[in-house]
Amino acid sequence: MRILKYKEAISEATVQAMEADNSIFVTGHAVDYPSGIFGSTTAAAARFPDRVFDCPSMENGFAGIAVGAAAMGKRPLYVFPRADFMFLSFDNLLNLACKWRYMYGGNAGRVPIVFRAIVGKGWGQGATHSQSPHAPLAHFPGLTVALPATPADAKGLLLSALTGQDPVVIFEHRALYDTEGPVDEAMTPIPFGKANIVREGSDITIVATSFMVSEALVAAEELAARGVSVEIIDPRTVRPLDEKTILASVKKTGRLIVADTSWELCGFTSEVAALVAEKGFHHLKAPVRRIALANCPAPVSMKLEEAFYPKASTLANAALQLLGKASTDMAHIDQESLFKGPY
Amino acid sequence: MTESNIAPKLLVQMHRELLRVRHAELALAERYKQQEMRTPTHFGVGQEAVAVGVCAALRKDDVAYSHHRSHNHFLAKGGSVYRLAAELFGRETGCSRGRGGSVHLTDLSVGFVASSAILGEALAAATGSALSFKMDKANRVSTAFFGDAVAEEGAFYECLGYAALMKLPVLYVCENNGYATESPLAIRQPEGVSITGRVKSFGIETFYVDGNDVCAVYETAAKAVAFAREHMLPVFLECTTYRWLEHVGPHFDHDLGRTYRDEAELQDWQQKCPVRRSETVLLATGLATEAELEGWEAAIKAEIEADIERAYADPWPDPSQLFDNAS
Ligand SMILES: Cc1ncc(C[n+]2csc(CCOP(=O)(O)OP(=O)(O)O)c2C)c(N)n1
Repeated sequence: MRILKYKEAISEATVQAMEADNSIFVTGHAVDYPSGIFGSTTAAAARFPDRVFDCPSMENGFAGIAVGAAAMGKRPLYVFPRADFMFLSFDNLLNLACKWRYMYGGNAGRVPIVFRAIVGKGWGQGATHSQSPHAPLAHFPGLTVALPATPADAKGLLLSALTGQDPVVIFEHRALYDTEGPVDEAMTPIPFGKANIVREGSDITIVATSFMVSEALVAAEELAARGVSVEIIDPRTVRPLDEKTILASVKKTGRLIVADTSWELCGFTSEVAALVAEKGFHHLKAPVRRIALANCPAPVSMKLEEAFYPKASTLANAALQLLGKASTDMAHIDQESLFKGPY
Repeated sequence: MTESNIAPKLLVQMHRELLRVRHAELALAERYKQQEMRTPTHFGVGQEAVAVGVCAALRKDDVAYSHHRSHNHFLAKGGSVYRLAAELFGRETGCSRGRGGSVHLTDLSVGFVASSAILGEALAAATGSALSFKMDKANRVSTAFFGDAVAEEGAFYECLGYAALMKLPVLYVCENNGYATESPLAIRQPEGVSITGRVKSFGIETFYVDGNDVCAVYETAAKAVAFAREHMLPVFLECTTYRWLEHVGPHFDHDLGRTYRDEAELQDWQQKCPVRRSETVLLATGLATEAELEGWEAAIKAEIEADIERAYADPWPDPSQLFDNAS
């Protein structure tokens, strides 16, 4: 299979979906410029100049406009170069779009709007640009919340969003934009609510989202060298959540770490911990461990930023602890981010 | 160049301030290229006259807020190059202790309350400070600096309406540089409808000025501030200007092959350089000689270099203090 970058996979999915369905249009700030959202909308803009267009800075209003366009049969794809700009859209997204089908008793049709929201990490992205509100959004029935961790997922999940019937928010991680992986050339949507078993193992389960999947893979390699077999489960969507795959894995391994790209309290890690406590408690041989962002906003200063983000070594050491083994210094497995600013 | 009614001392002072802001930004942009200032940074080179002219019209106890492109405003309100540089380097001595970065600056001692990265936020906060001044009958003015894109956000109109309704002493300063990231104004706002024109319909007193002419900015801002203070009412000042560098980062767009604007357009605007124009005034009025101008410039550049070096040598925040002020 061809190897594509994450951003290329997003671009390919957009173009293919637009070819297949001319009701799709793409908007957001500067989507139609050569830089096109880090290159992810450039090809679509060149191919469909009438359906990829700039949007003024009007996140609140445009979310409502997207709803209205969708109600008339369009499929808006609204891109936020940073997830935090989307916060201004929450009224129309959460009060209107995701309750639409239910509160009008199904009589007002459906509003399949898709939001792409990019989350930053590192290089001083700071308190606003480095935050991922996927857990609070997943709280709302009617909204699908997806977090692609690989190029293949980036393509497949976006295709599902653009061919599905309901509002979707996709959180893309800036630190993943240049990562490469095999991507199917065909238009193969990845269904929502189906976890990816990223790696099979028998001693411990790591449920990881987004960028933490890459960190979990590094940790798993290191642990394998120390005789520990790690299973990595990426739920891919927070809502709907693939409970079955998570529970089946915990049943097999008896130990669980949940690693997320956001904070702990009322976060995704809490949800999975609660799920396993409720429905898989009898499988557990050790308490569940949660690995999340430090409990403060993202600091800019490089030295603090290093302390803020959990890493592969954090995960590997947590696994050793859960197995009753001594933790060791594993700083060597932590990759320095190659991402350079300014953006 | 028209005859200026501005006191000679102030003309000189504003020119020196223009030089400080210009050379601080140029020096920081140069250092930025070394990848050691890890904070996405929006430089204000080319737009200095707005910050300097407006802040010269404010009192020290008036407050100012700004948006993502905030260095000019921070410095012009009295903030130090040293604390700004330390913030960009992520040092403990930075104006926000290295936690905030380029888009989150503060220095309460000079009345620069905050800058914030999300469009419309700072403008709303400035409106709130004006509400507080009114409740306290404080005779102070609150100022918000922001770009033309804010005139697309709902919060802008909500605040204009509220400030007009409540009669709040707030000075809204829109720096219209014609672009929002790579999007020109023409594809974001309707043709034939100016931002100032829209604001007028709220019954708010508006002013419009060439934002590259520091004297004109000062004189207009002085009128606007006096009006706000005397009548306890909001005022709006639109300044046309141009950003020389890329939206975020230290380079020229044309050097990076970006196509949303061309080099010729930049060069046209560089002909209207606010620093050069202020120089012309000083020379024409005999307030300075070429040699004096050069001397000031050299001294200011040397001070800035020293400030940046000092900031660079400062200590990092200690990771044990990661949770300071978090909850
Ligand atoms: C609510 C929100 N939406 C989008 C952005 C992304 N963004 C950052 S700067 C910018 C353009 C701002 O243009 P303008 O207000 O004219 O200021 P300038 O950068 O030209 O000084 C945009 C769209 C943002 N910061 N906040």
